Amino acid sequence: MVEGTTTHDEKSAVSIAVRRRASALEGRSPRIIAGLAVLLVGMMLAATAIGKYPLSVGDILATLWGAMTGSASGEQSDTVLLSIRLPRVLAAVLVGAALAAAGAAYQGLFRNPLVSPDILGVSSGAGLGAVLGIFLSLSVVGIQLLAFAGGLATVGLVYVIGNLVRNREPVLVLVLAGVVVGSLAGAAISLLKILADPYDQLPAIVFWLLGSLSSTRGAEVWSAAPLVLAGLVPLVLLRWRINVLSLGDEEARALGVEAGRLRLIVIAAATLMTASVVAVAGVVGWIGLVIPHLARMLVGPNFNRLLPASLLMGGAYMLLIDTLARTVAAIEVPLGVLTAIIGAPFFLWLLARGEDGWS
Amino acid sequence: MTTPAPVSPVLSARSLGYGYTGRAIGRNVTLDVAAGEVVCLLGPNGSGKTTLFKTLLGLLPAQEGDVFVDGNPLASLSRQQLARRIAYVPQAHAAQFPYRVLDMVVMGRTAHLGLFAAPAEADRIRAHAALSSLGIAELADQPYTRISGGQRQLALIARALAQDAPVIVMDEPTASLDFGNQVVVLREVKRLAARGLAVVLSTHDPDHAFAIANRVLLLHDGGLIAQGSPHDVLTPSRLRAVYGVDVSIEKLAEGATICTPDYGT
Repeated sequence: MVEGTTTHDEKSAVSIAVRRRASALEGRSPRIIAGLAVLLVGMMLAATAIGKYPLSVGDILATLWGAMTGSASGEQSDTVLLSIRLPRVLAAVLVGAALAAAGAAYQGLFRNPLVSPDILGVSSGAGLGAVLGIFLSLSVVGIQLLAFAGGLATVGLVYVIGNLVRNREPVLVLVLAGVVVGSLAGAAISLLKILADPYDQLPAIVFWLLGSLSSTRGAEVWSAAPLVLAGLVPLVLLRWRINVLSLGDEEARALGVEAGRLRLIVIAAATLMTASVVAVAGVVGWIGLVIPHLARMLVGPNFNRLLPASLLMGGAYMLLIDTLARTVAAIEVPLGVLTAIIGAPFFLWLLARGEDGWS
Repeated sequence: MTTPAPVSPVLSARSLGYGYTGRAIGRNVTLDVAAGEVVCLLGPNGSGKTTLFKTLLGLLPAQEGDVFVDGNPLASLSRQQLARRIAYVPQAHAAQFPYRVLDMVVMGRTAHLGLFAAPAEADRIRAHAALSSLGIAELADQPYTRISGGQRQLALIARALAQDAPVIVMDEPTASLDFGNQVVVLREVKRLAARGLAVVLSTHDPDHAFAIANRVLLLHDGGLIAQGSPHDVLTPSRLRAVYGVDVSIEKLAEGATICTPDYGT
């Protein structure tokens, strides 16, 4: 027994060593996360000021104060800010944060840093729903509802297929089922494009599939935000278990985690977040893939810190993209085009750098 | 004292058949592991040592027979209850994400945490103590992906120690270790048993069984062909039957027993 027991002194010595180490190492991550939060707020203020109708920071603060105290002046700047600029800025942050958080969760879940939130077909399913809505000339709300339902239904179908196939690595079956169902949805989208009215419906379809926030108003933000939050809460609560799950099913189970049930919850939460923002913004690629990577480089792979960093960086990145989309050219540039132009070379650089670690 | 007091086994199997649906690997395995015991499983490549371990841990369903943990049928325990009773050290593997070694070891504390909790200071201290006991405290801040295979194996053992379970199952814990680290691990196994833990491990080296095992299980052709003390089980004729090589087994003056294969002339 002598060798096995640690004396009180040894324990407190270890405790001090651990505390010192922890403060040296983990002390940096909260500062990075706080810095990202400050950056995001600054960017939101700047993005609200920039545009075809420029607003000064003073205008913005005065209008916000007026709106809060119920004494809005009704000037044009108020209208621009409250019903156009601010909803769009909030929507961009919401969309980017949701996609990046869902991407971080999926990458841990599938134990693969090259996975994006649409790995299980949520984007193609939502795309099919929206294209069908445009084809049937539904209202904007109808199109968004169909997109949302299409995304959830596709992932549900993939999950059911994954459970029907036994005797195989469950994660691999899910990914392959996602590829197959996603490409089926892609085929259906192509068919609808052929059948659609080329002068009226087709441009709307193409624009939607590339992603845009140009028609976003407050109502969309308020309808998507609670759903994003509903998906985010389980991810926050289960943050530690998501780390354990990323070791693989067998190890996670040996460590006391009900892997199958946890995976279902994480898939449901991340899919809900993705589908609700895709319904608002259309298909915006790259964010869910690239941002978790960047966040991991800054704060490491521990989901406790990866999740807040991904949320903040995703929001900031999408805000940057959307602000560019509405200011660089006379016409609105589709978001998917900009995220790809910036995201693709960046990702190649990440690959070439060959770094898996953080220091 | 003529009869030893009966010790209730912490882990036992009754007529256990293991394998996969439609592909049985072994059957009729009956064993009991008591607290404070080191049980060593030997068997050639492909004899199903890993599959047997996974079945004992409930990671694979038993094809026939039963496993009991602390007298409870395996299926009656939740994953968390099981993880508090049995820790598993898998063969060293590459991780997908560069978790710090300390984070990796703290994951052993998961079964002691609430569903929505993250590890606290006390858990990190426990993990650090586990690293220290294996002499790798200085690796705590290294990314798990950047340390050597042997260091990873030691880190996985530290994780099992941090799990604070009365039974530890180790799948070839010395396989990827250099000579010195093999000794570190075997010493730690002996120390754990002296503290009252039950350790079940597989190995390819009969010398390791002689050095630390109270009991040896010899696995061959889909079943246990012998179990008992190392000297009773690991005879030259059995080792020839199982591995197809001639060996001589000698007891040294210092008390150790070694197994020397015939390398030919």
